[in-house]
Amino acid sequence: MARMKVLCDADRCIECNACVTACKNEHEIPWGINRRRVVTINDGKPGERSISMACMHCTDAPCAAVCPVNCFYTTADAVVLHSKDLCIGCGYCFYACPFGAPQYPKVGNFGSRGKMDKCTFCAGGPEADNTKAEYEKYGANRLAEGKLPLCAEMCSTKSLLAGDSDVIAQIYKERVSKRGYGSGAWGWQTAYRENIAT
Amino acid sequence: MAKLAVQIRFIAVALALALMLALAAPASAQRVDPNASAVQEQQLLKGLSTIQGRGSIPDVKSYTLEHPAGRDWRQFHTVWLKWIGGLAIIGMLAMLTIFYMWRGRMRIEGGRSGRKLVRFTGVERFVHWLTASTFVILGITGLNITFGRALILPWMGPEAFSAWSEYAKYVHNYLSFAFTIGVVLMFLMWIGQNFPTAADIQWLKAGGGMLKGHHAAPPAYKFNAGQKILYWLIIVGGVAMIISGFMLLFPFYYGLNVGDMELAEIFHGVVGVMFVALIIAHIYLGTLGMEGAFEAMSEGTVDLNWAKEHHSLWYQQEMQREARGKGEPMVTPTPAE
Repeated sequence: MARMKVLCDADRCIECNACVTACKNEHEIPWGINRRRVVTINDGKPGERSISMACMHCTDAPCAAVCPVNCFYTTADAVVLHSKDLCIGCGYCFYACPFGAPQYPKVGNFGSRGKMDKCTFCAGGPEADNTKAEYEKYGANRLAEGKLPLCAEMCSTKSLLAGDSDVIAQIYKERVSKRGYGSGAWGWQTAYRENIAT
Repeated sequence: MAKLAVQIRFIAVALALALMLALAAPASAQRVDPNASAVQEQQLLKGLSTIQGRGSIPDVKSYTLEHPAGRDWRQFHTVWLKWIGGLAIIGMLAMLTIFYMWRGRMRIEGGRSGRKLVRFTGVERFVHWLTASTFVILGITGLNITFGRALILPWMGPEAFSAWSEYAKYVHNYLSFAFTIGVVLMFLMWIGQNFPTAADIQWLKAGGGMLKGHHAAPPAYKFNAGQKILYWLIIVGGVAMIISGFMLLFPFYYGLNVGDMELAEIFHGVVGVMFVALIIAHIYLGTLGMEGAFEAMSEGTVDLNWAKEHHSLWYQQEMQREARGKGEPMVTPTPAE
């Protein structure tokens, strides 16, 4: 089995937000929920970089550790998923997440949160693959169809890479050695406790 | 002449071109590194706990690219809070058990006189039970968030535990308002009788008479020093729980960021488990630990001998008041048995 990871090559990202749009459309994500987003660091200054960010599918995921009802699970492909049937919308996973991935629909008064929603690596949820129930709760299950996440597939500059850790790390390494520079795999140290040696 | 002028112009242009090339050459020989001035993740993380940027969606929280401090909060919530809470609550239960085995139930030494003295009015009892009942429910539903997964989930099963926890979350959120009203009313209602007096020092020196044997309870007014300490701890702890609780109930309001939310949760958790431990001790002393104490809050009256033994100064005040013929009837006739 593969160890699925996400890598955003910050030296290639042009902040076109196609990944955000692709994600929203593929999974019919409602207004106010952003599974994926693009953040620009040092906007307008020399050395500005944009990074597309969503759930990194961490090794030893903090969200899973702090969840009071233990609704998270890790698939054989190392994708971190959760059950919306079990989630109580407490919001603790957002506090623990280093990447701001968990999202909550506003369902009531004050700050009451609905069932958490986040990037599934286009791998759906605990329901049977590609069923209506799975689609309504978690969106498309492209992994079950043998396809990779749509955000990365549609990335116009191929900045965003999603797939097996060894494969995407190799692609990134080759890029860096060819062009002679690379600002590193953003978030990898925090998410996977390892980086790509370039 | 014209030919010479053309020649001079040609040489001048050639020289100028040569100069330009000479100046330009070192620049073109340099390798272009667009990454030289680029922001570096590790540098950003070294200086700050978060990496902040600009986004293009209305959700301001999403402009935080990375927040590795979430790992520290995780460590607190999954490890430290469990230890602090476990030690505080189990420690308190153990201490009370030892105390009970050593000292037993504190009896009314003079026996029941059969005559009763009004200790708490209906309003006082209402405020007490409003605060107390909401506190117990808030305590149980709150502890569920930290300890439920390890203690209840395994035997309840994931579906039932989630259903109960979601219900508990809503109960915890909405009862907070009733609890807040209770704490505010309690603060206003009893503050006059909870300022320290000279008798409190004596009471504390004597350990409240709890550590020594018979007839050792030092003089006290309506509230003894121990009860006054309890009162102020409840007010201070209650306000701490209310403020941090409302921060959690209104997440990310008024510019609160994820770091503030984590701090609020840490504060709410630590003060919360201490509060639970404190109230366990209060419940013990008000019920099992002392004969004749619980009826003060259930019926509103206490036995005359209990008042004499535990709150002698208050007893004298009440007796004087009655002698002057003022106020409500203090002593009710013994019911025929």
